Amino acid sequence: MAEYILETRGITKHFPGVLANDNVDIKIREGEIHSIIGENGAGKTTLMNIIYGLIRPDRGEIFYRGRKVEISNPSVAIKLGIGMVHQHFMLVPPFTVWENIILGKEVIRRGVLDKDSVCSELEKLMKDYGLSVPLEEKVEDLSVGICQKVELIKLLYRGAELLILDEPTALLVPQEVEELFEILNNLKRQGKTIIFISHKLKEVLRISDRITVMRRGKVVGELDGRDAKEETLARLMIGKTLESPKLESYERGEEILRLEGIKLSPRLRNINLTLYKGEILGLAGIEGNGQRELLEIITGLSTPEGGKIFYKNREVQHLDPKTLREIGIGFIPEDRQRTGLILDFTVAENIILGRHYKEPYTIKGKLNLPVIKKTASDIVKDYDIRTSSVDKYVRFLSGGNQQKVILGRELHSNPELLIASQPTRGLDIGATEMIHSLILSARKKGMSILLHSSDLDEIMTLSDRIAVIYNGEIVGIFSPKEIDEITLGLYMTGARKD
Amino acid sequence: MIGGILSLELLISALRMSVPLTFASLGGVFSERGGVVNIALEGIMLVGAFGAVVGTYFTNNPWIGLLTAMSFGFLIALIHAVVSITFRINQIISGTALNIMSAGLTTFLSRLIFKAAGSSPHIEGMVQWRFPGTNWQISPLIVIMFAVIIISQIVIFRTRYGLRLRACGENPYAADSLGVNVIKMRYSGVLISGILGGLGGAFLSLEHARVFVEGMTTGRGYIALAGMIFGRWTPLGSFSACFLFGLAEALRMRLEGFGIPTQFIQMIPYIVTMCVLIGVVGRAVAPAYDGIPFEK
Amino acid sequence: MTRRILINILAPFLAVLLAFSVGAIVIYILGENPLFVYKILLINSVTKVDGWGYVLFNATPLIFSGLAVALAFKGGLFNIGVEGQIYIGAFACAWFGITFNVHPLIGIPLGLLFAMIFGGLWGLIAGYLKARFGAHEVINTIMLNFIAIALTNYLVNNPFKEPGQINPIPQTKELFSGSIIPRVHPLFNKLGINLSPSVPLNYTFFIAILFCVIVWYFLERTKWGYEIKAVGLNPRASRYGGINPNYIIILVMFLSGALGGLAGVNDVMGYRHRFLDGFSRGTGFTGIAVALLGKNNPVGIVLASILFGILDRGALAMDVFTNTPRELIRVIQAIIIIFVAIGNELIFRLLQRLERESE
Repeated sequence: MAEYILETRGITKHFPGVLANDNVDIKIREGEIHSIIGENGAGKTTLMNIIYGLIRPDRGEIFYRGRKVEISNPSVAIKLGIGMVHQHFMLVPPFTVWENIILGKEVIRRGVLDKDSVCSELEKLMKDYGLSVPLEEKVEDLSVGICQKVELIKLLYRGAELLILDEPTALLVPQEVEELFEILNNLKRQGKTIIFISHKLKEVLRISDRITVMRRGKVVGELDGRDAKEETLARLMIGKTLESPKLESYERGEEILRLEGIKLSPRLRNINLTLYKGEILGLAGIEGNGQRELLEIITGLSTPEGGKIFYKNREVQHLDPKTLREIGIGFIPEDRQRTGLILDFTVAENIILGRHYKEPYTIKGKLNLPVIKKTASDIVKDYDIRTSSVDKYVRFLSGGNQQKVILGRELHSNPELLIASQPTRGLDIGATEMIHSLILSARKKGMSILLHSSDLDEIMTLSDRIAVIYNGEIVGIFSPKEIDEITLGLYMTGARKD
Repeated sequence: MIGGILSLELLISALRMSVPLTFASLGGVFSERGGVVNIALEGIMLVGAFGAVVGTYFTNNPWIGLLTAMSFGFLIALIHAVVSITFRINQIISGTALNIMSAGLTTFLSRLIFKAAGSSPHIEGMVQWRFPGTNWQISPLIVIMFAVIIISQIVIFRTRYGLRLRACGENPYAADSLGVNVIKMRYSGVLISGILGGLGGAFLSLEHARVFVEGMTTGRGYIALAGMIFGRWTPLGSFSACFLFGLAEALRMRLEGFGIPTQFIQMIPYIVTMCVLIGVVGRAVAPAYDGIPFEK
Repeated sequence: MTRRILINILAPFLAVLLAFSVGAIVIYILGENPLFVYKILLINSVTKVDGWGYVLFNATPLIFSGLAVALAFKGGLFNIGVEGQIYIGAFACAWFGITFNVHPLIGIPLGLLFAMIFGGLWGLIAGYLKARFGAHEVINTIMLNFIAIALTNYLVNNPFKEPGQINPIPQTKELFSGSIIPRVHPLFNKLGINLSPSVPLNYTFFIAILFCVIVWYFLERTKWGYEIKAVGLNPRASRYGGINPNYIIILVMFLSGALGGLAGVNDVMGYRHRFLDGFSRGTGFTGIAVALLGKNNPVGIVLASILFGILDRGALAMDVFTNTPRELIRVIQAIIIIFVAIGNELIFRLLQRLERESE
């Protein structure tokens, strides 16, 4: 009887330019909830992908229940009893729940899929484990929380004994996190082992039996979950102590942006919101409650069906992105690689994007290359963007540097209002700190900022005021001093409303 | 005049016109449901048409001609599969190149084998099947077509293979994470489209014209793709769309001799296709990962 | 940096070599000597001055066609409709040339303008349908090809047919002299290059080179070129950057169609001096190969056009002196497209890996 259900010895994996896993040894005991924590790029996901057979390691061994195993592809892992719920759900949106669950492990009767026996088996499974999902609905119609349960059922249907969850709470609201923890504890009681990948220290401390810390591809610590403290973990994770940025108090200026009755079916019902000069207004909410649509309206990509937006007392809801930029509104879009940057343009070309047609960058239709290059070099210097030249394709910059290109580009033109959507998503702590300080210094210079983020920590730390959006309406506005995460969560799920 | 135009004869004519389009369209469905855009259907049909004539000419057996047609179509599809799936080359470029190659290849081989560039010698078509107890005849290929339509509809939507194939077109990463071999599935979709496209071409040369003429597909491969889009990437829908195209084609032939210049009548199928594509906007959605190469 | 240039030249070169090797195998299987066939293919083209004259004449429409396809590629669009744009543009310029009797200084520029505008409008149709309805430009441009061929066939057979014509293939009357682009041999002979008068190489070739420069400048040095490239690479980010992708799609298809329209000028204004039904033998599709082989770059496009010009010239000789049908060249061209595309992809990945490691 093996002491450990899973053990890795000396796992090493290279990617071009990066040593993702460096001699990684981990030991997972059967029946425990074991968290692996670390920053982005620490190597956690790579390690899990190796265990699940999506990637092969360069060196190292894996032992499952004491036996050495070669996990060459996910089928092998599944057969061993390993299952993984990825950070980005591996579901087929137009398929129903039951089709998604049986994909790869289908049941056939007379040549065709046997829906009835599958569904009855799943009903039993759901009852056994206390999970409930609508089997016949299409996944694309379901919420994030339910999709996650579908993913769990997928694993249980295949008889997984070891469940790997990669950043499972990234998209969940506090109430759903509670629900998830209950499910995990239930599974643990039924003898399952869980590997919990996260960088959210508070959650990890609540749920873990043991914690392994990774940094830059190496294992730097292994602790008992009950004894560990947040500062210890943070120090192990990033090598230094966490510092929360300090918000200076500010004088509320005059109104700079006012939304009245903004409506766009089906997601936006009635948005009323005011932003004042010199403040950071945080927009909090569960994804799918209208944030994306609202931001697209504010930044000019779409037009509302009803309602008005006033920018410095001028109606702007019908204006396009180009005009909005010209009157002083800058945007940092949510998805930096798809929406914020053109990856196969150079740093310089990306820096002028949005203002490329104006003087001095363009004179009578002709691009003024020397001026463009100089502006780009200045910005690269001012914002400490790590790149060997401004003529390098932005694709080759790291995530943090890419985000700095966007920030540098937007801030350089001194907008009065900055719309920032998920500005630090996917960035590690170092880059996040830098982006936060850039945002704060912009605020200090009098810029107003609408900050949209699903990271409640970020919202609580940076905002002067917080607005919660639920079901297409603003359901509450608070100062961070007078509210905590749990209450915020209640507003975000519509349990409470002002 | 109207009574003379709309008649059973017209519908049968429409059905015959729709056969090559339908086969190719069904091929397109398999390929694109798996996630691979197959613009090469035009070229596949052409080599299929050529193959059918070659096979029939040398063995005097049209069924061998069918086999040759399917193999030639298979080979072209194989190249497309290797280039777009394994090498992940842009599928439009690969398809267009194969269409150019098929045009050159068929003319080239035609000149070599038949010593005539324009067209091959005439060949016997297939022996028509008789409906028992009546005087009606029907080409075996039409019967095969209906069988293929029904089988395809069941396979794609109700079998394990179909589920996996569709997963590869909608979210290959999800399929991959569950142990489905995305590469193999995509290959199968493309190769099936080669076989079916080849059959479509075979009908053109075997049953319709009884000869191979260079470039004889005249855009039918593309029209078939429009039919697939109009039919929302389903076998039944594709057949309905292609039947409508066939109807347009049959009507056009009846319009000849009514005083409208023939060139304008020739344009009708192409204009109809363009209108169909406009009308389809917003309502027909391709598989999400259609045309996107799969990379682990 | 030089490493990058070297790799960029290497890929197309290898692709061509490989394609010819495949061709050689086919020739061998058919029982002929590949070296003999290839010698016939090349010898008429590259060893004699006259041969080069024919080669450059053949290359001229390919340069325009390649530019048309390349420009569309840069905008993220596939213009498979160059063949149709050639016919429409050529007919428009022929119409002008047979209707108006003017001085060459007016006639030639206006003839070019007509070709560009009408070719551009033909391309615009597909562009508009894509911008407004999201309709697939690949299928639409191909449909428009067939429509263009039928339309011009009708026009040249009926209203514009040359009266009392003896040629079995329908054609229009001859252009007025003001719309004729002269051949180059008088000038060349004065410069010491002995080109015989039968060589149809005319000044359209130089116009093509000029347009290479224009297109390069447009793409690399103007704001419209920047916006076109931006939309071609990432339409979503371009929208956020204040660019309207729909305008760009329409602009690109118009310009691309205009370049396609020009491809017919070499034949209509510079050679036959009239519009001949079916005169373009797939130039529009060869343009795709040219754009790919030339990597959407004007210098590359010129070189690729010359290569295909050599092949076209040799095709005739192939038919006469060997037993290998000239369609083999089409097959080789298609293989070149595939190998170049594969080569481009592999090189791209290699470069990516190298760049990433040097981070």
